[in-house]
Amino acid sequence: MLLRHTPSRIIERKAVTINPAKTCQPIGAMYAALGVHGCLPHSHGSQGCCAYHRSTLTRHYKEPILAATSSFTEGASVFGGQANLLQAFNNIFTVYDPDVIAVHTTCLSETIGDDLPQIRKKALKEGKIPEGKYVMCASTPSYVGSHVTGFSAMVKAMTEFSQSTGKRNGKVNILPGWVEPADMEEIKRILSLMGIDAIVMPDTSGVLNTPLTGRFSMFPRGGTTMEEIKATGDAIATVALGRWCSEEAALALDKMHQVPCNVIDMPFGLKATDRFIDTLRSVAGVSVPEAIDVERGQLVDMISDMHQWVYHKKVALAGDPDQLISMTEFLVSIDMWPTHIVTGTPGKKFEKRIREICAELPYEVNVKAKGDLFLLHQWIKNGPVDLLISNTYGKYIARDEDIPLVRWGFPILDRQGHQYFPTVGYRGGLRLLEKILSALLDRKDRDDDEVQFELVI
Amino acid sequence: MAIVTADEKLRQWDPEEIKAKLISIYPPKVARKRARQIMINEALEEGSPEIMANVRTIPGIITMRGCTYAGCKGVIMGPTRDIVHLVHGPIGCSFYAWLTRRNQTNAGPDGENYMTYCFSTDMQESDIIFGGEKKLAQAIQEIYDLMHPKAIAVFATCPVGLIGDDIHTVARNMKERLGDCNVFAFSCEGYKGVSQSAGHHIANNQIFRHVIGENDEPKEGKYRINLLGEYNIGGDGFEIDRIFKRCGITNIATFSGNSTYDQFASAHQADLNCVMCHRSINYVADMLEIRFGIPWVKVNFIGANATAKSLRKIAAYFNDRELEQRIEAVIANELPEVEKVLEEVRPRTEGKTVMLFVGGSRAHHYQELFRELGMKVLSAGYEFAHRDDYEGRRVLPFIKVDADSRNIEEIEVEPDERRYRPRKSPEEMEVLEKAGIKFKHYEGLAPDMPPGTLVIDDLNQHEAEKLVELLEPDLFCAGIKEKYSIQKLGVPMKQLHSYDSGGPYAGFRGAINFYREIDRLVNSRVWSYMKAPWQEEPQLSAAYVNG
Repeated sequence: MLLRHTPSRIIERKAVTINPAKTCQPIGAMYAALGVHGCLPHSHGSQGCCAYHRSTLTRHYKEPILAATSSFTEGASVFGGQANLLQAFNNIFTVYDPDVIAVHTTCLSETIGDDLPQIRKKALKEGKIPEGKYVMCASTPSYVGSHVTGFSAMVKAMTEFSQSTGKRNGKVNILPGWVEPADMEEIKRILSLMGIDAIVMPDTSGVLNTPLTGRFSMFPRGGTTMEEIKATGDAIATVALGRWCSEEAALALDKMHQVPCNVIDMPFGLKATDRFIDTLRSVAGVSVPEAIDVERGQLVDMISDMHQWVYHKKVALAGDPDQLISMTEFLVSIDMWPTHIVTGTPGKKFEKRIREICAELPYEVNVKAKGDLFLLHQWIKNGPVDLLISNTYGKYIARDEDIPLVRWGFPILDRQGHQYFPTVGYRGGLRLLEKILSALLDRKDRDDDEVQFELVI
Repeated sequence: MAIVTADEKLRQWDPEEIKAKLISIYPPKVARKRARQIMINEALEEGSPEIMANVRTIPGIITMRGCTYAGCKGVIMGPTRDIVHLVHGPIGCSFYAWLTRRNQTNAGPDGENYMTYCFSTDMQESDIIFGGEKKLAQAIQEIYDLMHPKAIAVFATCPVGLIGDDIHTVARNMKERLGDCNVFAFSCEGYKGVSQSAGHHIANNQIFRHVIGENDEPKEGKYRINLLGEYNIGGDGFEIDRIFKRCGITNIATFSGNSTYDQFASAHQADLNCVMCHRSINYVADMLEIRFGIPWVKVNFIGANATAKSLRKIAAYFNDRELEQRIEAVIANELPEVEKVLEEVRPRTEGKTVMLFVGGSRAHHYQELFRELGMKVLSAGYEFAHRDDYEGRRVLPFIKVDADSRNIEEIEVEPDERRYRPRKSPEEMEVLEKAGIKFKHYEGLAPDMPPGTLVIDDLNQHEAEKLVELLEPDLFCAGIKEKYSIQKLGVPMKQLHSYDSGGPYAGFRGAINFYREIDRLVNSRVWSYMKAPWQEEPQLSAAYVNG
């Protein structure tokens, strides 16, 4: 047993978090910034933060993750990090020549009170930001929120560059939230099927799923360009996916440029995708093409074909709020029973929403925001489940309790596929369902005795 | 394509020219600093040329380095399985150091193993404003109530030092209150020092202060050693222990792969300290010598020949015929299998070129294995080393202590009144030294590298890419952050921090694993697939069109 010290008896903990279901804001800011074309993320703090974020993102994507740091020393921590950041701007623009530097703070620079916009102003005045280059700033202290809110803060920082010419450009802003590069690609495919001219911001496809060709570019082809970011102010509407990831930026665009905003759930599973397509249809004033109807029908078809294998199966889930909300809804929609659900990200709204989704189930769902995997494990010990859906850290629980595991979320450190195969939309729904079925049926095949073992399922 | 041998490659380039190309892009100040951290190796009468090391990382230059917390919690203390490691700070620091270093662990018969857990006080804004001491004390209590560990180690992250939480007082009070649980703390805020190295030092000091010497219950064994600076990545420590066991050597404590609280507490009972990673742990070796009279020697169990050499060094120290014979028998028994594999692999690796930039010792140790494979090291360097790791301990008296190093505590150690016992008399030591055993001695990396090679401290992203572009090595070794940008260039990359998913590479069986792994990497077919057929021969399709 790898988690042998986890007792089944639950004692309320007020101070210690054990086996977290979240990490800190700056890594989210770094991930979002990688979705801007020609952008080098910059971590304003100790160099360890940057090293840890780069390592974690690299292990998840198996791709180069480039980012710079202010490399604070004790002196900088006492006297402020302005000198370090100014020096960093100069070095970065000279050596790496990005179009944009996206700076985020850390607990260190926030605690000492470094003011990024003020430092940027000084840098501009001193000519440390060359003509035509940009510096984005997001405040992401690690002691607030989680990696999810850090992502949101950097997307909001992007909106600062939005402009309005007074003339609408006919485009729809899509704020995809923290989804995989493959998901961003899939969203763009759906938009193109529907004939919608859109700006996806940020967009890590083409950045974190690049081909191996013998050439390396620090700034690959993908990413939302600064021109696109500027144009978000002229869009006809914003569709923001996921309240935690995308609402803030959508509201900012609405406030600054009166771009009407629609904050909807991330399009995972049947119903959330239905709402996504329906929202797109109405904001862009287009009709839904038959190709999308077919994809929807295929997902419904697989649900009906395999319904008996998922019916009333109990599921434990850990992950991020926006993902979990849609996933829980998907599970309920196919008659599975989500039983225990934790996110590390704070937000009572999360618990309320999950309870609403699970309201008609014949049991009281266990749900906690600001929870951790230790609590989830204890819940599982007290109420066994048939399936666990979580990031890679869930494999320790899965092994100890002998539960099938579907890896979904961040980070996935031990399996491949998430950067290439989407889980958004109807096609993504097919993949999610396939993964769930494979996990359950592999287990059935493993456990069935010789008499029950069957060829055709 | 013409095959260029390693020797030709070395002749083809001028190190001065390469160095100039590496730094030409930098602003003048940066170029001046980097010029002093890039050394063209020479064999001088007195060792090697001077290199600047253990200096601040340049803001904005994409570095391989991590922080002091990573060095303290991640590297040194992390692998100890029966101590609960509680990180006091916002959630990230504890999350990122959770199971990511591949220190293998065997929970043993007692079953106590907290390696799979991640503990954090998850500081919130209110803790930063009002202080986190109460929350820390409460967290310690909650852990104790849940799990009753024998020890809880507290690690400070950046904001803790800034807001002035007194973690040491909290630890002391909780230790008293709990009674049967040792609680101690590490002021290893990430901003201290210039790299992970400061964290090693802080870890060494506290483990010496709070744990070493706590257990006087005698440990059995005729030849008792400690293995310092071996972290059991991919099971290295298990392989070394297997060999020790065959030789009849008792390893009291490994610092710190698969270690336990009791091993540290009993370490003062050993009769010899064997130092693997000089950078991370030489402080403990020195302190153990001063307080308890245990001498130390540098060893290296990376490489089959190096392993044999290190075992013989231990035998010579104990100066015991029985041990010597047993060790020779083990070497004679283990080497044939190693040689058999090497014979098979070497024709495919001979003459290939490699660069390695990792750690504070590995960039040196692994050159042994590459030599065995007949591969040539074109360039090497450390991420967080000091000058003595490059130039040898002879330069120690001449290293200037700068402001960043001065901030890291040096503890004064005195001989233990009751337990100080020189393991060898001055006469015996003299005899051993005359016989060629060098105590407290490390030559460093540079003297082991050929003249004309580039020794580079704190290599960064730009220089790594440039080196690969200019020198086209057959293999590049560094860490996870460097891995994929190098591989995108079509050059295989081996992680020498985490070994990717491989190992062990130490000892005899480890050498075999490493030979096979390097063979796989440098001879993989994948590197020939960079171009599609139509990219290789674009004119062919034109001919068809014309025809």
